[in-house]
Parts: sequence; C-alpha cells; structure tokens
Amino acid sequence: MTAQPADTRTSLTTVSRETDVPAAAALALGDDALVLSHRLGEWIGHAPVLEEEVALTNIALDLLGQARVLLSMVGDEDELAYLREERAFTNLQLVEQPNGDFAHTIARQLYFSVYQHLLYGQLAAGDGPFAPLAAKAVKETAYHRDHAEQWTLRLGDGTQASHERMQRACEALWRFTGEMFQPVAGLDSVDWTGLEAAWLESLEDVLRRATLTLPEGPRSAPWAAGAGRQGVHTEPFGRMLAEMQHLHRSHPGATW
Amino acid sequence: MATAAAQHTARTPAHDARGGAPDTDAHQRAFDAAIAADERIEPRDWMPDAYRATLIRQIAQHAHSEIIGMQPEANWITRAPSLRRKAILMAKVQDEAGHGLYLYSAAETLGVSRDELLDKLHSGRQKYSSIFNYPTLTWADVGAIGWLVDGAAITNQVPLCRCSYGPYARAMVRICKEESFHQRQGYELLLALSRGTPEQHAMAQDAVNRWWWPSLMMFGPPDDESEHSAQSMAWKIKRHSNDELRQRFVDICVPQAESLGLTLPDPDLKWNEERGHYDFGPIDWDEFWQVIKGNGPCNEQRMAQRRRAHDEGAWVREAAAAYAAKHTHDKEARRG
Repeated sequence: MTAQPADTRTSLTTVSRETDVPAAAALALGDDALVLSHRLGEWIGHAPVLEEEVALTNIALDLLGQARVLLSMVGDEDELAYLREERAFTNLQLVEQPNGDFAHTIARQLYFSVYQHLLYGQLAAGDGPFAPLAAKAVKETAYHRDHAEQWTLRLGDGTQASHERMQRACEALWRFTGEMFQPVAGLDSVDWTGLEAAWLESLEDVLRRATLTLPEGPRSAPWAAGAGRQGVHTEPFGRMLAEMQHLHRSHPGATW
Repeated sequence: MATAAAQHTARTPAHDARGGAPDTDAHQRAFDAAIAADERIEPRDWMPDAYRATLIRQIAQHAHSEIIGMQPEANWITRAPSLRRKAILMAKVQDEAGHGLYLYSAAETLGVSRDELLDKLHSGRQKYSSIFNYPTLTWADVGAIGWLVDGAAITNQVPLCRCSYGPYARAMVRICKEESFHQRQGYELLLALSRGTPEQHAMAQDAVNRWWWPSLMMFGPPDDESEHSAQSMAWKIKRHSNDELRQRFVDICVPQAESLGLTLPDPDLKWNEERGHYDFGPIDWDEFWQVIKGNGPCNEQRMAQRRRAHDEGAWVREAAAAYAAKHTHDKEARRG
C-alpha cells in the first residue's frame, strides 16, 4: 500500500523486529485507540467552546497515533483499519458508543482514559513488546485523564442541569466498563485484578469530588458474552465503520 | 525597539502629563507619525475610532472564517481514506481552531470580547469568508482547499504580518507559517490523486474546476469597487490592492497546476509577455455578490451548524462558569 514516511514507522519497526508481538493484544489496544479517535473526530466543528475543539482533537490525534503504531505491529495499518469487517474488530464496546451530548463524551473519556492510563502505566513498567509505545502513551493518557477529570468536576459540580446530565451519562455507560478488565491474550504481565481495583478507586474519588454518585448497575453481564474483545459489537458500530471505510473501499488498491 | 518604546509612551493617553482630557490632535499627530514611520500601534496606544473599528471588523471576520472554515474540511475527517491522511486532516482542522483562538484574542486587545463577536456572527451582523459557502463534495476537495484556498489566504495574509496593528501582525506571523504547511499538504494530496488511478485523477480535476474561480474571488472585488481598501491602505492595515494580490496568486498557481498535471478551468489563461503576468478571464462578480448575500450553496448550512454547536454547548459553558465561580469563592474563603 502507500509508502509511509519514516517518522511514523521507525519506532514500531524497532519494536516488531526485536520482539515477538502478540497480534491479538496489538489489535485490541489498537482498535480501542482507532475507534475512540474516530468518535472524537466526529466532534470537530461541533464542540461547545473553541478550546474544546482544540482539546478533543488533540486527544483524537494522540489516539490515532497510538492506533497507527499498534496496527502496524500486526500488518498494514490501512488494510486493518479499512478492510476488516465489523466482527473482526476487537475494541471495547465502550469506545464505539456514539458521542451523545458532551457529558456522555466526557464520561466515556473518563472511564477509558483512567483505564488506559493505568494499563499503559503497567505496560511501560515492564519489558514486553508494548513497553516503548506505552512509555510514550502513558504521558499522553495522563493528559487525557486530567482533561476528563477536570470536565467531570465542572459538569458534576457546575449547574443543576449539568449535574443531572453528567450523572445520567455516567449511569448510561457504566455497563460497558466491566469488559475493560477481561484479560487480553498476550498482555500476560498485566495484573487485571489490581487494575480494576485501582480504576474503581479512581472513579470513586473523582465522582465524589464532582458531587456525583458512583453508578450501581452491573458492569458486565452474561448476555454480553465478552462483547467487543470477542468481536461482538453494538449496532452503532457498523454505521461508524460504514462511514469510515466507504471511500477507501470504493477505490480498491488505490493509494492516497 | 527603543524608538518604538519612546513612541509608545508619547502615544499613550495614560501618560498624558497634564492629567486632563487627552489632546486628541497631539495623539492624532503621534499616530500618523507612527504609521508613516512604519511603526506598530499597540493596544494601549491612542488610535482613531475608525481605525479601531476597521481592525475589529477585519480581525473578527478573519477569526469567524477560521472557525466556519473548519466545517467543509471536517466534513471529510470521518471518511479520510488512509490513517495518515486522517491524521493530517485532523491536525489541520485543529490548527484552524487554534487560529480562531489567536485572532479572537487579538480582537480582544481592541476592547471587544469573543462572546460579543460570536454573537455578531450568529446574528449575521459580521461575516466570514464567502469561500466556505461552497461544499466539499469529494475527498479531492480537501486537497483543492489546501492548495487553492489556503494558497489564496496566504497571498492575502503574508502582507498582514507587516500590518500596522501589533497584535494582529504577530498573530499573522504564526498563522502564515501554519497555512503554508497546509498549502503544501493540499498540493501533495492533489498530486497523489493526479498520479493515481484514472478515477482519482478525475476527482482531483473536478475539485480544481470547482474551487478555482471561488478562490480568485477570495481577494475581494476589483480595486475600483472595493469599499474599504483605500483607507485600509493609508493606515497600513492593508499593503497591496485586491487586484495586485489576485494577479500574484494566478501567477503562482499556473506553473503549480502544470506540475500537478491538472488544468485550470479558464480558456483565457495565457502568459502575457508585455505585462510579465498571466492574463485571465472575467470573474463572475454576480456569483460573488450572491454568495455574500447569503445565496451560496452552503450559507444556511454553515450558519445552522455554527448556531447549533453554540446553542447545544450553552449548558456546558454555563456549567464551567458556575464551577469556576464556586471554586474561586472557595479559594477566597480559604484565604480569609
């Protein structure tokens, strides 16, 4: 496919040459980043304030950068992004959820960024194939996490209307959060139980400071059947991919 | 710098030694001398009301153009055909939001808030560049906007880096650097299409055909019909006439189109040895005025999206303000 400039490929070829990359893990993490980046990209031109146009795009660009490194560990980034069918994507269902209002976007980002920050923190501390990527990504995700936490505080402890919206958003997305802690094949060094405990502790703390209540509903359920990581997605995801993949698929073999 | 500082003092009402009403004639003379000496006017300097009003109008229109200009390109972010192109496009649209921020800040130095300016945009009392009232119909339009629209913008904007108003001139230095990067990216996108499959080549040619004439209109009406030009040139806000800049742009684009392997949709386009410039065909000024008046293909759509984003974001801005007010109060209470 298209020849890629050296800057985006250098670091990842180093990783993939020297180590045996677990493909399932690279795809799972790469798909999370790719899909959430796409959703955030949908905000561009629609954000509530100009500073958020810049901030949400910044997060989208960081995630897209991570996705490109991760997918390229497994194969051609564009073939993987544009030519796989819905059932072949292994991202979490959380990241594919439609943007909703700004509160839903912030709740989704809070849940995911805290998770990603903790996960990349563990991966960066190890010496596995994802350590170099994680070392860079952990700095980016620290910013994403801070951005989401600050907005959670503003919305939760802002006006009565914003408080209600933020509480509703936290409740609505809560059921997608259990899936994050299913062990991912190939990420054997990760302490998933510890990760989940740390995530819950962080969420309790942020939501309390934001005068919000930690949701109580189930965080995963038997009917979910493992969901996103097993390639089972929610209905909006197919439409998202249809839009994302349409142009690329309309010109088979073309370079861009 | 030393001269500028001395002039600054002389032109600043706060330094009026007599402490009474500022001597307008003396201020006007100091202002005129500064303009004549090609010095910068700074926010705290005295300036004629009309100079201030002209700058506010121009900087606001420029800022509005940056944020409305995000829309036609953002239209393709979710459909970008490769991840590399998607990253480039997102970064570009983000830069435009950033330009909007610098420009609204430059306007604030003249005593007008971003909220007031946005209100004027939303109520139609201030305008944005008419070019953004054209639709982006295919992926190639992203390239054509980069090459032609950003190219025309740079031709217009590079002289603004020497504009007499300091904050505007400094914002433009940074903006022009980023715009020229965008222009090269647009050119490179079109080149990839032009050298691609026959379908991609046709897509690129079609986009250039549609964007060429509106890009020439970006320089504004012909010199003899341009309402604000003469005064702006006297104040050194504007340095070259509309027609001069338009000619410069045409002269730059013709050889670039040849390198791209694309044609420009003007049968009258040819080199004029005597003038040392390319001659080009007549511009449809009726179309230009119609689009400005609101009858372009996307005027309503662009404004509707802008107002919707603003209205739907109202509760978010209110929450942020309420939170800030509460917590400023907390901090003050803690300080005692």
